[in-house]
Amino acid sequence: MQTIIASTRTKDMALTALFAVIVVTAPIWGKLIGAGYPDLLQKFAIFGLFAIGYNILFGLTGYLSFGHAAFLGIGSYTTVWSFKLLTMNAIPAVFFSVLLAGIFAAAIGFLSLRRSGIYFSILTLAFAQMAYNLAYSVLTPITNGETGLRVLRDDPRVIDAALGIQSEGSPLGDFFGLTLTGYNGFYFCALMLILGFYVSLKIFRSPFGMKLVAIKANQTRMEYTGFNPRPYLLSAFVISGMYAGLAGSLMALVDPLAGAERMQWTASGEVVLMTILGGVGTLFGPILGAAIIKYFENIFSAFNEQVLHRIFEFLPDWLADIMVLLTNPFVGEGWHLTLGALFMVVIIFVPGGVIEGFRRLARWSTRFDAEAAERRKAEAEEKAKARAARQAADEGGAK
Amino acid sequence: MTDQQQRKVVLSISGVNKTFGGLQALTDINLKIEEGMTHAIIGPNGAGKSTLLNTCIGRITPDSGHIQFEGKDLVAGFTPHAINQLGISRVFQTPEIFPELSILYNVMIPAFARRDGSFKFNPFRSLRKEKEIEDEAMSLLEDFGMADERHHHAGSLARGNKRRLELAMCLIQHPKLLLLDEPTAGMARHDTNRTIELLKKIKLRGMTKVIIEHDMHVVFSLADRISVLAQGAIIAEGAPNEIKGHPKVREAYLGSAVL
Repeated sequence: MQTIIASTRTKDMALTALFAVIVVTAPIWGKLIGAGYPDLLQKFAIFGLFAIGYNILFGLTGYLSFGHAAFLGIGSYTTVWSFKLLTMNAIPAVFFSVLLAGIFAAAIGFLSLRRSGIYFSILTLAFAQMAYNLAYSVLTPITNGETGLRVLRDDPRVIDAALGIQSEGSPLGDFFGLTLTGYNGFYFCALMLILGFYVSLKIFRSPFGMKLVAIKANQTRMEYTGFNPRPYLLSAFVISGMYAGLAGSLMALVDPLAGAERMQWTASGEVVLMTILGGVGTLFGPILGAAIIKYFENIFSAFNEQVLHRIFEFLPDWLADIMVLLTNPFVGEGWHLTLGALFMVVIIFVPGGVIEGFRRLARWSTRFDAEAAERRKAEAEEKAKARAARQAADEGGAK
Repeated sequence: MTDQQQRKVVLSISGVNKTFGGLQALTDINLKIEEGMTHAIIGPNGAGKSTLLNTCIGRITPDSGHIQFEGKDLVAGFTPHAINQLGISRVFQTPEIFPELSILYNVMIPAFARRDGSFKFNPFRSLRKEKEIEDEAMSLLEDFGMADERHHHAGSLARGNKRRLELAMCLIQHPKLLLLDEPTAGMARHDTNRTIELLKKIKLRGMTKVIIEHDMHVVFSLADRISVLAQGAIIAEGAPNEIKGHPKVREAYLGSAVL
């Protein structure tokens, strides 16, 4: 499977437009699958962005980072501080979050990329855990420790104060007058997701992206071909860190608070799962993986015994009881079990992820179509022959 | 002889030693590779031929001695990519290609290295705009008879073809010095002859080459000069005719083989 292709401009534009339409109409099709509420849709978009960015590092270069949650956290804290000190407007918040995440990614990447393989993964994990623990302990003046950092009414907000903007009630993220909660929040995230997707698409279609994949394919050859892999890897690391910063910033935009738990290693692991589940190194895979995981988290964790009883109502009582007993551990608090099972099925049967699964289905169906078409053609030919023979016989009879 | 004295020395190896543990892999190697020449290094297995090439591309640092390429000392801290940027390309003994990428892209990537240097940040440039490099890669692939398969994965090629692909990857860089480590090993006779023809064509263009080869047919069709390596030391050097009749060479390497 080739991930890097020189596609035509029209095709790329059509792909982006299609993606934009799918994202913007999410509130409509989300209703059909029970996901039509802004909270969940925001999560789709935010974690989709996180995964797209992560895929630029992991999918293209093959370097598996276990510390990207640190940049998520940095993005969130920066956004809340921008809210506290400058303004409730989203633009400076997003800008500073991405910038700061990029700076931290440059530093962590510079040190971690001195090693490759498992050692690189362990180094990134160590840095992220360090960030997490710092946020809980010595950095409490900046992060507000366990309580989490929140926006208060009497924060300075110098830009807002200078412009005479005052918020009533508890301050909320805002985009030139639009309060970024509910569907407004989702549409802002959606806009960022579409932009993020377009940037990722450009990278996938560039010589730069091609070289990243070449590093994954054969780093030795790259070095003896005259490329210095280190700056390429560092660029990919910083870009993916900036995406994570953006995702973290959006989290704090739609819900203005930031806590250290966002930086925990489980959050770093989650984005790895999303990318692999959807399809490593593919354009759409990571977004799909993020959506699937967030969907499962919300849908299955909301199930409980009563809901299960209602689902199995149509069965005889004794069978329904058994089914409820069997499925109960997989829902509610146990939804991780469902995720684990799904993950295993995907890794064992379609290691290329959900996208690979789609591709296989498409190939089967086209082959099936082709076979059917051939069969029809053969049948038609036979019929024509039979008709010709009959006609010849009739004519012979007439004579 | 006067003609040879006028030739510029491209690569000069002087007094190079290398030991691995207790094994003396290279002993006091002195070698001058002149511009435009095809210099073959032959010798039995384990004689140190590949080690010698590895010292030239920065893969192995010699214990002592100097390797000078166009006046620059390669031993003094040149990284492999910097050495390539100076103009040295190498075909490896086991083909080093990009298996997951298409054959066309395998050839385009080294061309980017030649044009853009060891690092260029251009994530927003479209591959569509790289028509010039794509055309160059295509014409090279046509020479190699691989143009029709350009969209196939390089990893799906047979071993002999992987080697030819690697040769194409090196040639697109227009190196000043091309190092070939058994370029025809694992190839069918037909492909070997084709590769010899290709290498002869390159020679006409004046590219300097160092070639390690076991196939004497290849060596004597291409080489202008031959050095014989045995147990890490050069035991003979000369024109092909001199080497053919050299008693020491027969003893060490050729045995009773009739040439």
